[in-house]
Order: sequence, then C-alpha cells, then structure tokens
Amino acid sequence: MRSFTYARAATAQDALDACTGETRYLGGGTNLVDLMRLGVETPGKLVDVTRLPHDAIEHRPDGGVLIGAAVRNSDLAADPGVRERFPVLSEALLAGASGQIRNQATVGGNLLQRTRCAYFQDVSKPCNKRAPGSGCPAIEGEHHNLAVLGASPSCVATHPSDMAVALSLLDARVRVRRRDGEDVVALDSLYRDPGDDPSRDTTLDPGDLITGVEIPGPAGMPAKYRKVRERASFAFALVSVAGGIDVRDGRIHDSRIALGGVAHRPWRARRAEDVLRGAPATEESLRRAAATELERAEPLRDNGYKVSLAANLIVAVLGDLIGGRS
Amino acid sequence: MESADSGAPVTRADITLTVNGDLLRIDVDTRSSLLDVLREGLGLTGAKKGCDHGQCGACTVLADGRRVNACLLLAVAADGLEVTTVEGLADGDVLSPVQEAFLGRDAYQCGYCTPGQLCSATAVLDEAARGWPSAVTADVADAPDLDDAEIRERMSGNLCRCGAYVNIVAAVREAASPEPVQEVVR
Ligand SMILES: Cc1cc2nc3c(=O)[nH]c(=O)nc-3n(C[C@H](O)[C@H](O)[C@H](O)COP(=O)(O)OP(=O)(O)OC[C@H]3O[C@@H](n4cnc5c(N)ncnc54)[C@H](O)[C@@H]3O)c2cc1C
Ligand code: SF4
Ligand code: FES
Ligand code: FES
Repeated sequence: MRSFTYARAATAQDALDACTGETRYLGGGTNLVDLMRLGVETPGKLVDVTRLPHDAIEHRPDGGVLIGAAVRNSDLAADPGVRERFPVLSEALLAGASGQIRNQATVGGNLLQRTRCAYFQDVSKPCNKRAPGSGCPAIEGEHHNLAVLGASPSCVATHPSDMAVALSLLDARVRVRRRDGEDVVALDSLYRDPGDDPSRDTTLDPGDLITGVEIPGPAGMPAKYRKVRERASFAFALVSVAGGIDVRDGRIHDSRIALGGVAHRPWRARRAEDVLRGAPATEESLRRAAATELERAEPLRDNGYKVSLAANLIVAVLGDLIGGRS
Repeated sequence: MESADSGAPVTRADITLTVNGDLLRIDVDTRSSLLDVLREGLGLTGAKKGCDHGQCGACTVLADGRRVNACLLLAVAADGLEVTTVEGLADGDVLSPVQEAFLGRDAYQCGYCTPGQLCSATAVLDEAARGWPSAVTADVADAPDLDDAEIRERMSGNLCRCGAYVNIVAAVREAASPEPVQEVVR
C-alpha cells in the first residue's frame, strides 16, 4: 500500500480545507481500505470524516428524518424511529454485508462505495472505470453479476449498495458540502449512468463532502425490501427490489419501485410505477408493469437471468404487499 | 497526524488504545490495520488474518463493545478506542459464558475461526439484548428472540472452513439462553 498522511477533521470546513489533490475522505474504511490494499485506490492523504458532528439521526416533526453521514449502518438499521416509520430502510441495511461491517460502515461511505466488478478490483486488468480508456473486459468476460439496465459499451458495472435502493424508493435527498457552499441533491441525481465516462460513479466533484441524507417523510404506503443472492446471507445482490404499493378499493393508487444489482445506480422503476397508477390490483397489472420497465433491458451473454429475476421479484414483492403477506 | 510545519509528509502517528483493559500508547504506520498492530505489534495473535478483506470474520474484535473487522480498521483511525480481543474475553481463568458454551458444545474443529466467532457471538448477545433486528426478523420493528435462524443470520459474517456451524449455532443459543439447554458434558 502506498504511504499516506492522515488527518482527522473536526468540522466540515476542516475536511474541505484538508482535501487537496490526491486526498480521499475516510469513513469506516470498509471499502476504501480494501481498495487501497488492492492498489485500486492510491491516495496520498486520508481525511477521516467519522468524527465530524454529522453523527445523529434526527426525526423531525414533519415526519421526515435527517441522517448524519457519519452514522454507522448498524445504528441506522436499529434506530427505533427508522424501524417504525421507514422499515424498508432498515430491511435494506440489514440485508447488506455483515454485523461487523455494518458497525464500521458509515452512511456517506455506503452511498459512495465502489462497484464490486472483479476487473475493477484487479489492477492487472484493463477497466475503463479504474483506468479510463483501457477498455471493458467484463463485456466479453465475466459479467454474470453485472448490469442489464442503463449500461454502456464503456462499462456494465453495478452499484452494490442495498441501502441506496431503499433510499431511492424513499425519495431521499443527499446533503453535500461543496467548496462553493451547501447543496441538496436528489438521490436519483447523485448517481449516473456510465455513458462514455464510467470513471465517475456519481455527479459529485472531487472534494465534495456528503454531510447527511434527508428523507422527506414515510413512503405513505407499505413497502418491503427483498434481495436475491448466491447464498442465504453475507453476499451482494444479484437483484434486489424495494417495492411499495398503495391499493384503494381494488385499484392501485400509487406505487414506488427501486431495483438493486441491475444498473450503475439504484434503478428507480418509474415506468413500472406509471403503469401501476390507476391499474387494477391484480397480478396481471404487476406483470405488465415489470415487463414495461424491463423492456429496455440489454442483457449480456451471461446475465439475461437478471431480467426475468427482476420481473419476478417486482411481482412477488408487490403481490405480497397487496395480499397482506409481507 | 499531519505535520503543521511542513517537512516530509508524516506517515506515522502516535495513537492511544485501551487493549483488554491496558492503556497503551503506540506509534503506528498510518497504513497499519488494527489487526496488524494487535498481532505484530502487541503479540496478541488470537485475532486471525483469514482474508484481510472483511470477508471471513476471523479478525473480529470488539471496539468500544462493538464487533468490527480489525483487518479493515486502520489503527490510526482506531485512536482512542477500547479494544477487546479474544484474549480479553475471560476474567482471569474464568471463561466468559460464550467461551464456556463453545467449549461445552465443541463448537470448533481446527480453531482458526474461533477467536473471531467468540468475539462476534459476544457482540451478537449484546445486540440482541439491545433489541436489534436482523435480516431474518419478520418485522424489523420487533426485538426478536435469538432462535436458530436469527443466530445463523447474525453470525453470517464469520466463516468456518471446517464447517463447525451446527455446533457454533448450538453454542450461541446456549450462551443466549439464561438457563443451560441441557447438561454440558466436557
Ligand atoms: C465483505 C463485504 C461484504 C459487503 N456486502 C455488502 C452488501 O451485501 N451490501 C452492501 O450494500 N454493501 C456491502 N458491502 C459494502 C459496505 O456496505 C461498504 O463497504 C460500506 O458501506 C462503505 O462505508 P464506509 O464508511 O466503510 O466507507 P469507506 O470505505 O470509508 O469509503 C467509501 C468511499 O466513500 C468516500 N466517502 C466516505 N465518506 C464520505 C463522505 N462523508 N463524503 C464524501 N465521500 C465519502 C470515501 O472517500 C470512499 O471513496 C460489503 C463490504 C464488504 C467488505
Ligand atoms: S464493467 Fe465497468 S468496472 Fe467492470 S471492467 Fe468494465 S469498465 Fe471496469
Ligand atoms: S481477516 Fe478480517 S475479515 Fe477476514
Ligand atoms: S474451526 Fe476450523 S475454521 Fe472454524
């Protein structure tokens, strides 16, 4: 591992000031330290942002919640107010990683964790995300767990976060401290499709500091997170779904759906949601909605199973909610 | 930390750790993991380096009472924490309830994963006592009892290459229940 200096920020301004050139912010380090050990990340300086005062979960009178970026994943999952009012968020967090990792991982770091694409993690291989212009070996190579939606000829990586999928369903906004002031970014605008610049996972600029995440209020409908993986626990998603549905008198009044494991970003399935609004609460409607969303899927040689898996998961999660079987 | 008055970049740091009750001041390379400091620096070789990537749990220790993977925690970032390793679980010669249960249930074969399993299980009991749910809890608003499904899920960050899982689950269940499940035979 390359040598680096270490500084601990006491305020957001400290962190921004300390962030020069080859600096990375250090959250729990569960992704960054791993990538440094692999040689994928080679910062000359780490600025530890875990002791910033953004470490509280603040439930607001308007029903919203403000979650500090330094809050640990396990504390967020265990927060009584979150479990009561945003259970889909607890479920997604608890579906991720292990008890040990969740104790270390921060909310800010979870949002900005890098893809688990094996070529990205192997510095002996080309990878447009790690070494722009070097190519994407995954497209012809090992891609059974990579993207089927929104990918590009430059990169077919997926975003690995479970938490971000639930946050997408909850219309979360990310608070960012930039050199030129504060900003609030909708979660869906934080992430991006790879296009011809997969080196950027998000729309943030280097040095931008995430200070927190705000959820405007409960989804207003029952919602559930379900994750399919290659073993029962402690594995990344093949496909996951955060789904919510509001049925009134046999009709679907509203629905929210976000998919994980299928794209470079948590994938908010707005086309499916549009199909569902006003439709009868039947399995046929769910099937049609899922098919409409996945029409755009462009599976590779070995990941076509994700298209049917995602469709089946949408139908299963929403169907269970309609049937009161969650 | 960083040198205020320039010169060469400072890539070492003086940190304070309380390890198994002893307050220590240690000079570390900023690159050192807590695991390497414990094992190489302090000779506490209980915590194991199975993967060095957070994937196996062999390096699990308690930091301020919470289980963490010491391989992914930079020592410099652990400055000020109270660390308990497997060497610190017992009270002198008196084993902790989790250690007793592992012994009684024969919850290991080669023993390589055991220090991590013991620290992790100790924290699992504490998390359950605080009412934390898990991924298999039907309603996350509930504080579930530690049945076998809950134990398996909560211990899933600790792999055992020998496959001693059945006895590990039994040991954690025994440590979790206030009265012994059955007569313990040594
Ligand atoms: C074995 C293993 C299994 C895992 N399984 C899962 C899983 O199933 N599901 C899942 O969702 N995740 C999983 N993870 C990933 C885990 O959730 C992430 O590693 C963790 O959430 C990252 O948080 P951190 O605080 O440790 O981030 P760090 O590693 O500290 O940082 C990650 C990135 O975020 C940046 N950063 C951190 N904080 C800020 C901030 N406030 N502002 C701006 N930038 C910041 C860092 O510079 C770095 O680039 C797994 C990880 C491991 C090691
Ligand atoms: S899919 Fe993206 S991350 Fe993976 S090798 Fe291709 S460019 Fe790199
Ligand atoms: S050595 Fe730390 S998890 Fe494997
Ligand atoms: S007892 Fe051998 S690895 Fe678990």
